[in-house]
Amino acid sequence: MQVYLPIAEVSVSAFLLLGLGGLVGVLSGMFGVGGGFLMTPLLFFIGIPPAVAVATEANQIVASSFSGVLAHFRRRTVDIKMGLVLQAGGLIGAALGVVIFNYLRSLGQVDLLVRLCYVVFLGVVGGLMFLESLRALRKARGATGPTPKRRQRGWVHALPFKMRFRTSGLYISVIPPIGIGIAVGILAAIMGVGGGFIMVPAMIYLLGMPTKVVVGTSLFQIILVTGFTTMLHATTNYTVDIVLAVLLLVGGVIGAQIGTRIGLKLKAEQLRILLALMVLVVCGRLAADLLLQPAELYSLGPAGGH
Amino acid sequence: MRRLLAILLLMIPLGARAQEEVVLGLSSDRVSITTSFDGSEILIFGAVKRETPILPEPLEVVITVAGPSHPVLVRRKAHRFGIWVNAEAVEVDAAPSFYAVATTGAWKDVLTDTEDLRHKVSIGRAIRSVGAPMEIRDAPHFSEALVRIRQQAGLYQMLEGKVALDQQTLFRTAIDMPADLTEGDYTARIFLTRQGKVVSQYETTIDVRKVGLERWLFVLSRQQPILYGLMSLAIAIVAGWGASAAFTMLRNR
Repeated sequence: MQVYLPIAEVSVSAFLLLGLGGLVGVLSGMFGVGGGFLMTPLLFFIGIPPAVAVATEANQIVASSFSGVLAHFRRRTVDIKMGLVLQAGGLIGAALGVVIFNYLRSLGQVDLLVRLCYVVFLGVVGGLMFLESLRALRKARGATGPTPKRRQRGWVHALPFKMRFRTSGLYISVIPPIGIGIAVGILAAIMGVGGGFIMVPAMIYLLGMPTKVVVGTSLFQIILVTGFTTMLHATTNYTVDIVLAVLLLVGGVIGAQIGTRIGLKLKAEQLRILLALMVLVVCGRLAADLLLQPAELYSLGPAGGH
Repeated sequence: MRRLLAILLLMIPLGARAQEEVVLGLSSDRVSITTSFDGSEILIFGAVKRETPILPEPLEVVITVAGPSHPVLVRRKAHRFGIWVNAEAVEVDAAPSFYAVATTGAWKDVLTDTEDLRHKVSIGRAIRSVGAPMEIRDAPHFSEALVRIRQQAGLYQMLEGKVALDQQTLFRTAIDMPADLTEGDYTARIFLTRQGKVVSQYETTIDVRKVGLERWLFVLSRQQPILYGLMSLAIAIVAGWGASAAFTMLRNR
């Protein structure tokens, strides 16, 4: 069944969109990532104009994250206090990101920069997570008993403005979470993603939050940042396609529910190694686009913007 | 007085030529884009009205359908620092979003180059490109790429021999319009030619419009962007909550 999208001005199969939404929704629920880093390139691939894909994806992430976070709320695996601190940083970051994005657009080459951002960040994050999870898996297998977790006591714990985050069992300064929020907000606005794939490892490795809480908190934080991004796109570029969003989110919210349940059955190390592999696959695909000679050297775009 | 007579005499053959006129029919003069729109076929048919006997030279018919024209930026990738990046760009000043040409016979038989140039009939001529940057020597490659990309998308069509002509009087053709149409007034032109010369032409418009829910959403997104954005968010949150609630109910049962 073909459906005509009013803003994107293309006609695509409704079942394809539902399927894509569902698939990405499962991953979103499992890993606590918005899935934007996967969905946005997939939408480009089926012929949705990039500007519409990015803006609509932000709207769709709101839905799947909201659905996912409710499941986590019931299990009390959301650190609300930490989420709010991260959100404060996220909003500042998103606003900064839009300024940077517009500046880059005035220089041209914004597509290239977005792609390079994807390749670099996905590569670094995926690689680090993969190595770390392998090490964790090997340790769990080799050791006779579970080794007690050693808390990192580095510079992160020496900063002022300490705050107690009871759900995470942390007593740390608010500066690192706000900093992470800003950094992720900037990336979210430039790359058109929720930023969960950066946020999750940052919370685990930089803040030392327990993995079970990380997923719910990340989803909680993503909702506000992507909601803000959706409004920015809808009011400045008019590129949010509500029909596309509804189709994606119907598949997405169902997928997210299934994914949350799968995520609870898997061990944290397995979860992390799967996420790392997926991030690396997407990174490899994007890198190949940049490195190999494309079949069509020319591309079309609307003129008048320069 | 003598000069005037000479002019009048000169005009007679021209007048005789123009006696062949197009009477046109369209299967529809508007294309409505609805939610289930997946392309459309337009039937263009008509007759040649004449008061004189049919001339010995064969009559040919050329039909074009053109969408609204917009400037397009054509970019070319180049291998720089080991990766493929957009390097040069040429702006094509006006390129129709959709363009189809249908003829009764082979292109070289139906229209001379001069007439093509005058009426801008062929795909290459329908695109207007002036003022490529000085440093780009091969600007024609860019407009060729534009045509190639749009031809592959079914947006530009060259349909040689696709117009059926009966008794040198009745003609008809069908033009497929793809799903990703741009809104606007589409122009249909019909040229009658003899020996490559245009003897008569006729023009009409086809209205391509979004209707119903599509139209309402499109207008809302442009005129009330804040409301539209809030509505998008509300739908997203309700859908997320609804799915979550539905799953909880299913599980508790």
